[in-house]
Amino acid sequence: MTELSVSRPKLIALQVLVAVLLIGFWHVGSSVPIFGVYILPKFFFSTPGDVAMRIVKLFSGTMIWKHLWITLTETVLAFVIGSVAGVVFGFWFARRPLVAAVFDPYLKMANALPRVVLAPIFMLWLGLGIWSKVALGVTLVFFIVFFNVYQGVKEVSPAVLANARMLGMNERQLFRHVYWPSALSWMFSSLHTSVGFALVGAVVGEYLGSAAGLGYLIHEAEGVFDVTGVFAGMVILAAFVLLVDAVVTKVENRLLVWRPDAAGRT
Amino acid sequence: MHPPSSPAVALDRISIVYGGPGGYEAVAPTSLAVAQGEFVAIVGPTGCGKSTLLNAAAGLLKPASGEVGILGRPLAGLNGDAGYLFQQDSLMPWKTALDNVAIGLEVAGTPRPDALARAAQWLAKVGLAAFGNRYPHQLSGGQRKRVGLAQVLIRNPKILLMDEPFGPLDAQTRLIMGNLLLELWAADRKAVLFVTHDLEEAIALADRVVIMSSGPAATIIGDHAIDLPRPRDAMEVRLDKCFHELHHGIWSQLRGEVLKAYQGTAA
Repeated sequence: MTELSVSRPKLIALQVLVAVLLIGFWHVGSSVPIFGVYILPKFFFSTPGDVAMRIVKLFSGTMIWKHLWITLTETVLAFVIGSVAGVVFGFWFARRPLVAAVFDPYLKMANALPRVVLAPIFMLWLGLGIWSKVALGVTLVFFIVFFNVYQGVKEVSPAVLANARMLGMNERQLFRHVYWPSALSWMFSSLHTSVGFALVGAVVGEYLGSAAGLGYLIHEAEGVFDVTGVFAGMVILAAFVLLVDAVVTKVENRLLVWRPDAAGRT
Repeated sequence: MHPPSSPAVALDRISIVYGGPGGYEAVAPTSLAVAQGEFVAIVGPTGCGKSTLLNAAAGLLKPASGEVGILGRPLAGLNGDAGYLFQQDSLMPWKTALDNVAIGLEVAGTPRPDALARAAQWLAKVGLAAFGNRYPHQLSGGQRKRVGLAQVLIRNPKILLMDEPFGPLDAQTRLIMGNLLLELWAADRKAVLFVTHDLEEAIALADRVVIMSSGPAATIIGDHAIDLPRPRDAMEVRLDKCFHELHHGIWSQLRGEVLKAYQGTAA
């Protein structure tokens, strides 16, 4: 990889420049006619000013907090339930090769299925409340965590394992001091992906049918051709994702201090 | 108690076959005894099955035929009397140096504060008193080996099995580690079975140097007593005249095997 040879202030200036150019293009295209034609008609693209005003207006009310809270709750529940199930099954399959071999084709099948098609079924089973969204998120998170934990248990270094045995560990102690930390490290290395997928499950679920949440907000605006509302919802969603991701990075650096790459990243 | 006369490790005509009966015979029937308090080095060309013998003594590998006796009793399962220092990195990367050293005591039921206190003493003995809270990846290769040594010795095993423990280190660090090992060994003289491909290292450290032939069907073809006086300095002893005579005598035997092994891989 080529070394990055630009100073930090300069880098930030360049990054800001990209945003300014994009928003500038959007603004000009949607509000200044060029030879009598708008490149980005307001009806389809709204304007940056309108979107910003809408966001301010949303946050001056109280409803937005409720939507954010619902989406966050769904995300966290989907992540926790999916992770716990993934860890349990990952361990079970890794330590019982027969079970893994028998279920292998079914797992591959289930994982290959686009999860969005499950959303209507979950809604039928669990109603329009948060649980149908949580279920959708769980099906996404489960497989990521499951495969990582499975790999983590399988790929414990044979030398570390033999050493642990020679140090007198029994099966239970091997689990606690060797398999468990190894599996956790694999799971945490996929933390960004699994949290991201939990959020995708929540928002897509809301989008397809609900009465609250960021996905609902966007869907509702779309339904009445309120493009400004759609863009405002997307910006809020993007900011929300960045925030969640920042928290995950914090947690990750805390838990994986022993990893060479984690230490190098700080 | 075991009678003091019984050997610490007695390999009795053991053979090692990979891939079931009729498979690849790595080690042909071989016998080797290590007395209590004796330091024995096994030297041989790469891939001759030195480590395989060690794994049989550790109970990590079951010989296809023959018996492994430990302190006068036949070995069943893992060898609980032995500490094993591996060639590869075998510290738990998710534990600090201190926790890595303490773990052997902890799993044996020592309360954690006591285990940590003794681990700190052991880290000091191997010269790493200030490195207890480092993780393995934050230590150099030589420092990791020191932690490994402390990790094994804290359990006070009666037998020490070492599989090219200083193999991955640079020449200077190897000399220093050799001296550290001799110093720690002199304190209570455990039985040591030390595998290496470095003849000079073997002569500098051991009481006896055993030569293995090149594989397949490797076996012991030479057994040389090293009567250099102790305590030794692993660096200084190499300048000794007796050292050179011993080296010359053993090397003339080993050279043929090394060439044979080399031709086997080159052809």
